[in-house]
Amino acid sequence: MLKTFKLGGIHPPENKFSAGQAIQIAELPKVVSIPVAQHIGTPSVPVVAKGDKVKVGQLIAKSGGFVSANIHSSVSGTVAKLDLVPDSLGYPKQAIIINVDGDEWLETIDRSDALVKECDLDGPSIVQKVNESGIVGMGGATFPTHVKLVPPKGMKAEYLLINGVECEPYLTSDHRLMLEKSDEILVGTCLLMKALNVDKAIIGIENNKPDAIRLMTEKASKYKGIQVVPLKVKYPQGGEKQLIKAATGREVPSGALPIAVGCVVSNVGSAFAVYEAIQKNKPLFERVVTITGKSVQNPANLKVRIGTPVSELITAVGGLPEDTGKVISGGPMMGKALANMEVPVTKGTSGILMIPAKEARRNEVQPCIRCSRCVSACPMGLEPYLLMTVAEKNLLERAESERIMDCIECGSCSYTCPASRPLLDYIRFGKSRVGALIRARKN
Amino acid sequence: MSNLITVSPSPHVHTDESVQKIMYRVVVAMIPALVWSVVVFGFDALRVTMIAIAASVGFEYLVQRYIMKVKPSVTDGSALITGMLLAFNVPANLPWWIIIIGAFVSIGIGKLSFGGLGTNIFNPALVGRVFLLISFPVQMTSYPAPAGSGVDAVTAPTPLGLLKEGLMNGQPISEIAGNLPAATDLLMGTTGGSLGEISALMLIIGGIYMLIRKVITWHTPVAVLGSMFVVAAIFWMIDPEAYIGPAYHLLTGGAMLGAIFMATDMVSSPMTGKGQLIYGVGIGAITMSIRLFGAYPEGISFAILIMNAFTPLINNAVKPKRFGGMK
Repeated sequence: MLKTFKLGGIHPPENKFSAGQAIQIAELPKVVSIPVAQHIGTPSVPVVAKGDKVKVGQLIAKSGGFVSANIHSSVSGTVAKLDLVPDSLGYPKQAIIINVDGDEWLETIDRSDALVKECDLDGPSIVQKVNESGIVGMGGATFPTHVKLVPPKGMKAEYLLINGVECEPYLTSDHRLMLEKSDEILVGTCLLMKALNVDKAIIGIENNKPDAIRLMTEKASKYKGIQVVPLKVKYPQGGEKQLIKAATGREVPSGALPIAVGCVVSNVGSAFAVYEAIQKNKPLFERVVTITGKSVQNPANLKVRIGTPVSELITAVGGLPEDTGKVISGGPMMGKALANMEVPVTKGTSGILMIPAKEARRNEVQPCIRCSRCVSACPMGLEPYLLMTVAEKNLLERAESERIMDCIECGSCSYTCPASRPLLDYIRFGKSRVGALIRARKN
Repeated sequence: MSNLITVSPSPHVHTDESVQKIMYRVVVAMIPALVWSVVVFGFDALRVTMIAIAASVGFEYLVQRYIMKVKPSVTDGSALITGMLLAFNVPANLPWWIIIIGAFVSIGIGKLSFGGLGTNIFNPALVGRVFLLISFPVQMTSYPAPAGSGVDAVTAPTPLGLLKEGLMNGQPISEIAGNLPAATDLLMGTTGGSLGEISALMLIIGGIYMLIRKVITWHTPVAVLGSMFVVAAIFWMIDPEAYIGPAYHLLTGGAMLGAIFMATDMVSSPMTGKGQLIYGVGIGAITMSIRLFGAYPEGISFAILIMNAFTPLINNAVKPKRFGGMK
């Protein structure tokens, strides 16, 4: 019996068209716009000005606080301006726009492919280096990694979990990375273990990636304390709490962080970024992005410089298909629909997905027939139909006592509803109102 | 890139399930019992079913269109199910005008007066059925004789009716037993009774289909039948001359029809498995107390309606297991 989490979950069609496509290097864009807020927390503060010459890997925006991250130039060239650029939701956000000129990297970066295993840095120095390199959670949540590596006072990490689940349909960037950079990920895992001072790491991989499980298991046997755990395919297993439950059997209490049960979770992409930062002295300025869709000519996994416009990636896979009705940044379950193809790739962009028009529109909403499929699907054990009703009626105290704030917004309820009810839309609305209520109560 | 693209919040993919598909699966599950009914009662069974369906769908359309002034939702299949279930719960020789009154009460009062699909508290078909049972007790309890049961028999008592009558006359079970149909007849359904309730086997086949197609879960039927079995078994063990064995209770009356098709109605039953177990046990216990101590030989319709009223309370009291424990 393969391990998995217990409560709820769904299994949407996987559609991993690009799983067999090796990672290719995307063409350098002519202009990049690098947002200063690519992570959860305080936006970074630009340290360059218009007209400055920058090299690849050079710091261009400094971390704005503890929960923040440095940002480095992904290209060489000249800073054209600091301006507001629409983000993936369409809101104008500050960004540094750089005109690309050649591809000149900082000399300190080791550009060779050779695997470097040894590292004589101690834990705190690793944390500091991770902080300097601007590494954030690359699964999509973009929480600054160095923050997770420093457990709050009185808490101790016991397990490091490396998330290779990639439970979102369509996406394959983590899968490819595990196949092509397995040793690097494992070294990165060792570095994170050292930083956290733990001796046990678990790499969770869903069973729809048997090649990655085989390879990682084989390689992991040469590293002390790392275990690969195959997991039954079930969405949202890549959710932090679900992965911890599946791999360790521990359940993060409501409202608490993984560290409360002695766990720290990091994505395989982040583990790879940690390897590059520590062993190759390379800050985070590029990542693997899956560009795919049912009608896309050549679905691909591209290594992309941060700040590259999405439109250039679409061109690289054969252009926007005729029948496209929606373009999504991220996976189909939790990704954001883009209104503008010029938005830049950021540290959290795991994929660009083009959905045909006939699948892009929502079905007509029908009355709830109380089939309770949303209740069975909810991985947090909530009652989405009820949360929708109380949110709609603005019954905030009731929403709070029904644990609306536990919702991880995985979308399993909306996916599974036969009446096509916009459950998650109303739950999000309710969460924002209840969140405001809780903040007001504290003040 | 001149195409217009849609922008909406996640999730961006959706199951290919729909309300219609679920409803039509229920209809498919009822077909074995309907076919069997036509075999046993002849064309009359089809006549009653067709009138009930046409009247239910028709009233749904008319009330929504002209009284509620909303877009009629007759295509969702729910009125079709109500019509079929109503037909399943009446004798196969019921006059057409009584069927139409039943359909009007089911759809107009049982369903639409509460707001329509999804908001009705009580199972609409049962509201209609119980209304007819109380208003037209003679027509509703004279069941046609099944085909091949005897040349001159026009009506036949139900197995539970036979039992009740015998017990009322003070006869012990051992004396009545000779008149009662055999278990195989009950399973196959060659006895008197409502149109759709006679064959336990056909109803079970439909139930298994619904389980496989995930229209229902096991909780409600197992709880209803299990609790009926337990209650019946306890009394039978106390005094086998005054109370008949549990198998007889499960195979007779509307037990199977009620447990598999009526109690499992999504709209009027609880949302969680645990809630459905409580609800099902309630139905089983009330059914048995009506059967054993009440004036009616049969009681599952009343039991389901009573427990329907408790569904909101059960939903409030029984919460699913929350991730991360209770606060």
